[in-house]
Amino acid sequence: MAEAFFEIQNLKTHFPVERGVVFRRRIGTVRAVDGVTLSLKQGEILGLVGESGCGKSTLGRTVLQLIPPMEGTVILAGKNLTQLKAKELRRARADFQMIFQDPYASLNPRMTIFDALAEAIRCHKRVPRAELPARVSELMEKVGLSPRFLKKYPHEFSGGQRQRIAIARALAVEPKLIIADEPVSALDVSIQAQIINLLACLSREMHLTLVFISHDLSVVRHISDRIAVMYLGKIVEIGPATRVFERPLHPYTKALVSAVPIPDPVREKQRQRIILAGDPPSPMNPPDGCPFHPRCPSAVADCARIVPQLENFDPDQQASCIRLREINPA
Amino acid sequence: MPLLTISNLRTYFHTRNGLVRAVDDVSFEIEKGETLGIVGESGSGKSVTCYSLMGLVPQPPGRIESGSAIFDDQTDLLKCSVEELNEVRGKRMAMVFQDPMTSLNPYLRIEDQLIEPLLIHKLCDRNEAVRRGIRALEEVGVPDAARRIRSYPHEFSGGMRQRVMIAMALITKPELLIADEPTTAVDVTVQAQILELIKRMQQERGMAVIWVTHDLGVVAGFCRRVLVMYAGRIAESAPTEQLFSRTKHPYTRALQRSIPALQPKGAELYTIPGAPPDLSRPIEGCAFAPRCEFTQDKCGKPPIELKAVDPDHATACIRVQSKEITF
Repeated sequence: MAEAFFEIQNLKTHFPVERGVVFRRRIGTVRAVDGVTLSLKQGEILGLVGESGCGKSTLGRTVLQLIPPMEGTVILAGKNLTQLKAKELRRARADFQMIFQDPYASLNPRMTIFDALAEAIRCHKRVPRAELPARVSELMEKVGLSPRFLKKYPHEFSGGQRQRIAIARALAVEPKLIIADEPVSALDVSIQAQIINLLACLSREMHLTLVFISHDLSVVRHISDRIAVMYLGKIVEIGPATRVFERPLHPYTKALVSAVPIPDPVREKQRQRIILAGDPPSPMNPPDGCPFHPRCPSAVADCARIVPQLENFDPDQQASCIRLREINPA
Repeated sequence: MPLLTISNLRTYFHTRNGLVRAVDDVSFEIEKGETLGIVGESGSGKSVTCYSLMGLVPQPPGRIESGSAIFDDQTDLLKCSVEELNEVRGKRMAMVFQDPMTSLNPYLRIEDQLIEPLLIHKLCDRNEAVRRGIRALEEVGVPDAARRIRSYPHEFSGGMRQRVMIAMALITKPELLIADEPTTAVDVTVQAQILELIKRMQQERGMAVIWVTHDLGVVAGFCRRVLVMYAGRIAESAPTEQLFSRTKHPYTRALQRSIPALQPKGAELYTIPGAPPDLSRPIEGCAFAPRCEFTQDKCGKPPIELKAVDPDHATACIRVQSKEITF
């Protein structure tokens, strides 16, 4: 595909599980990310959803080379990030940034806001020293904070304001790609709205490519162009945001969508819930065949044998289920 | 006759930074078998309200300044002795906490923690208690309960631990369950399981539930009546359907407009300007006035009181009370 700006191919991240103090031996492998392929256009927002432990955060971190991948490639604007040498990688890091979940933990409590933002710029030597204050003030304004706060320390800010600062810090190096890992999950509803608006507006204005990781489906539906659903390290469905929400194809997505509470008592009363039994299985010991089959309401005997691949249901929407056409009559 | 009647509850914290009015004159009641939702953002006083009822507010710095909470027309939970309180607490009234990771003791087997309420309240002997413990785990959907009861908390996933917490709260067959955001830390699929479970238990046993949450979606599907709290006070109180269809407080309205689920995709979300008030400073008049789009001079002056504008539907907004604004 010529238009792909950011591409992940068959990415795998496995963590060894070891036991023993003197004679450490490997007793297993956690397949946190197990063969993910994705491609995004420039300026696109992809929502990545799934239950805790499905590998969505690990995927985000692997993409940014915070965790070395075991296999696969990550290509951003024509550059293969997995092949870069340490020095090249450090230089390339200006192109991709991350926003973390907890704005209380991701800012250094001993640095003023100015220092935190200036450090990011200085690291990548983008701006002469004399222009630094102006550049930092501009960043603050971009995220809706007054530059007079620059001398303050993180503890003087509320959660929403800190998340704005974290966003400003990510923007400081003018990245092309931002991975936001649960950026609004720690915030109150009214503050969530501010941050969602801000991210949507920034990505539009700056033509940023954004991967928005969240477990909150209604937030993801709102902000994303496309949604990818992960289960046990694999993408089980991907498609345009509204479509995935209104016509989910994979039985897991169906259950996930039906579990989201709707803040409308009338609609809430009418709808049918698909209640999944149990928890996701351990990624150390995934079931044979389709990883979802032990919890799947539409599973048949073949599901325990055949590993389903992502297949096109229509040109935009794909899902990995061997009964895709059977359970979704056209 | 209501199961629990709370009137004029005030819980203040005397801290070094001044007097924090965490709960400020809250009154409500809950009927037998009813489901009441308490919605609010962090710092709105919803958890402190529950902690006050359970006698779990650390004193000092906390102090229950005034009010009463009459349980079943007999015991005033706020004034009675510890012995009297213990007759109700953990037996007729139980609580599920937000974080299942920290509310189970990591050193004790699930068994010991789960059956503790039965033993403390001398409801049965140990063998019978273990039997009931296994049954309670089965009821909340823990597979292989007879074996799993011997496990330690770290051997359970987050969702399973929350189920253990619920089993523990329900084991004495309480008449009132207070659930303080029990599904905030779990996934939506597990949340759906837990909601379904509590709904079923409630129907089987006629138990009343106070469900504290910040999620309007959970309230819509689960609660019969809702209190919306803001800055330690009740802003609006209404049957769930009316709260959504005929909102009577600007804060409730603002909350609804700021959640993505109720808005068209991609539309800019309404944001409430400013930040919640600092509760260590006395608030004159309506606490929401500085952030409210309908505010007028009179909103900044007392008295602001919760008044019924429709049968069973009360609001603290004076401009709605005087019919100057509607939504």
